[in-house]
Amino acid sequence: MIEKQTNQKAWFMVLPVFLIVAFSAIIPLMTVVNYSVQDTFGNNVFFWAGMDWFRDLVHSERFHDAFLRQLMFSGIILAIEIPLGIIIALSMPKRGWGVPVCLVTMALPLLIPWNVVGTIWQIFARVDIGLLGHTLASLGFDYNYTQDPLAAWITVIVMDVWHWTSLVVLLCYAGLCSIPDAYYQAAKIDGASRFAVFRYIQLPKMHRVLLIAVLLRFMDSFMIYTEPFVVTGGGPGNSTTFLSIDLVKLAIGQFDLGPAAAMSLLYFLVILLLSYVFYTVMSNVGIESSSDGGSQS
Amino acid sequence: MANITLREIAHSYSGPSDNPDDFALKRLDLTWKNGNCYALLGPSGCGKTTLLNIISGLLVPTLGDVLFDDRVVTKLSTEQRNIAQIFQFPVIYDTMTVFQNLAFPLRNRGRTRKEIEPRVIELAKMLGLENDLYSKAQHLTADAKQKISLGRGLIRQSVNAILFDEPLTVIDPHLKWALRSQLKRLHKQFGFTMIYVTHDQTEALTFADEVVVMYEGAIVQVGTPEDLFERPEHTFVGYFIGSPGMNIVPCRVEGNILRLQEYDLPLDRSYGDLSRFSKIELGIRPEYLSLAPPAAEGVRVDIVKLDDIGSHKIARVRLDDHIFNVIVPELTEMTADQATLVLDPQHINIYGDDIRIGGER
Repeated sequence: MIEKQTNQKAWFMVLPVFLIVAFSAIIPLMTVVNYSVQDTFGNNVFFWAGMDWFRDLVHSERFHDAFLRQLMFSGIILAIEIPLGIIIALSMPKRGWGVPVCLVTMALPLLIPWNVVGTIWQIFARVDIGLLGHTLASLGFDYNYTQDPLAAWITVIVMDVWHWTSLVVLLCYAGLCSIPDAYYQAAKIDGASRFAVFRYIQLPKMHRVLLIAVLLRFMDSFMIYTEPFVVTGGGPGNSTTFLSIDLVKLAIGQFDLGPAAAMSLLYFLVILLLSYVFYTVMSNVGIESSSDGGSQS
Repeated sequence: MANITLREIAHSYSGPSDNPDDFALKRLDLTWKNGNCYALLGPSGCGKTTLLNIISGLLVPTLGDVLFDDRVVTKLSTEQRNIAQIFQFPVIYDTMTVFQNLAFPLRNRGRTRKEIEPRVIELAKMLGLENDLYSKAQHLTADAKQKISLGRGLIRQSVNAILFDEPLTVIDPHLKWALRSQLKRLHKQFGFTMIYVTHDQTEALTFADEVVVMYEGAIVQVGTPEDLFERPEHTFVGYFIGSPGMNIVPCRVEGNILRLQEYDLPLDRSYGDLSRFSKIELGIRPEYLSLAPPAAEGVRVDIVKLDDIGSHKIARVRLDDHIFNVIVPELTEMTADQATLVLDPQHINIYGDDIRIGGER
């Protein structure tokens, strides 16, 4: 038998990684943690505040409202973009000249910088000069996103759908393209309907890319800042003030560093937690449905 | 169940064309008799799968018609033709259990659960899947998955034919044998027409009543395994079937005399005027060649190489530029590097421009 030698020198090998992670994540994060437990009245003088900011935050109505708005926004976005993305991917051509045309058209919105997207829609939807806003107003719709919260919400959601559905489409399309022809041929021979082909071949084969699509869209939409900030600035009132917009108002607008730091941490933990929940639920979807197996045939 | 007739079928993937090179499948006429077991043999890319897809209706042929007995079904869809097809790689529905997979073709045809259940259980027993019936198909081994694919074909009792597109490619050799005999048993039991595509000649020869050999989009021979072995109609068939394949060597023929280089050999039949052919070749299987000591009367050859493949040896011998493979029994002692090649006249086939010439006795 070989005597096992303990050699702690190996820890030094981990040191470079530790340093990189420290500079990229731990140190910036710790400054936030530092602010979150202290209070200041300026002049670089800090007082220990303990868990007070967190306690305030958890009981703050303003935070609750922003959080609910954020959840609602992400929920609506996912409910629209995922099914729409699947439908568009399903109806895209599989071969011929239509493929590059569709792919480029789909990729275009993804290439536009966030604030440009915001600016485009800000102008596009304006009632006085915007093509969309003016047309809607001329048709008799009471549409004005600077005054009506519902119109503001619709504008922001339509903008996000326009900007990001392409991502879902491209991911789903990649998933669809990886299905061998034999599956479709077998389905024809088995006499499967179009819906059965979707339900039993296409959807299961897209499962993995859909998981990625949902995760990416959830995280992105939960952290959305630039586009609604440019279009509505969080208004009218606070109706489109999502978490990130609220956070910036708190940190830079009011310069409440402590509460803002506490909110940042909580925000981060919520995203981490929800992403984990999504991932666990979605990767278990396949396994769960096996237990109720033969009974439903 | 019906006879399946292909009438002047041809297929080009790029649509109708005057250029014969565009056709993956050249014009062919063929009838598959009801209840027979056929093997479709040929190298990769010779049009076997195209032909299969035309029969099953996954492809509509560019030219010609498909008939089930006297009914033209060329334009009918796959489900209306009632044909089952099993593919090279197992196709299973991942999210379903084995039971649901097997029941799927029946459910799509609106059968009730009462009808489906006993049938699925019976079939699962026949295929040896009864223990996995309620587990997810996704997690089974490749051969179990292929059995499921097979089962989905067999579950419909009234199928006109079952088409197999190299179904055992992904299966381990020892399971291959078992699955193949299972298929044969099922075929006997149900009597459906079976068309089995393969590029493995042993699979084709052991399996089928009749073998259809394809080469470059055309059918070069239809016959029993014995026909293909003894009297290949095309040099390709001779070369493709057998291990090693038939020796094909240029020669001249005058009446019943075969002139091979400087040697004159007797033939057991005579051939008329062969001057219409640009190329005359003799074909003889390695099994019908033997080697005699160099001193004997006959064709003097050099021994190039001797391969021992277990049950017998394969000698490669050279006559000028031409190589012959000779199967020699295990115990033959080969001392010299020269030998005399003995050809069995009964088993010599003569080919003019790659096509076998009959000759008269």
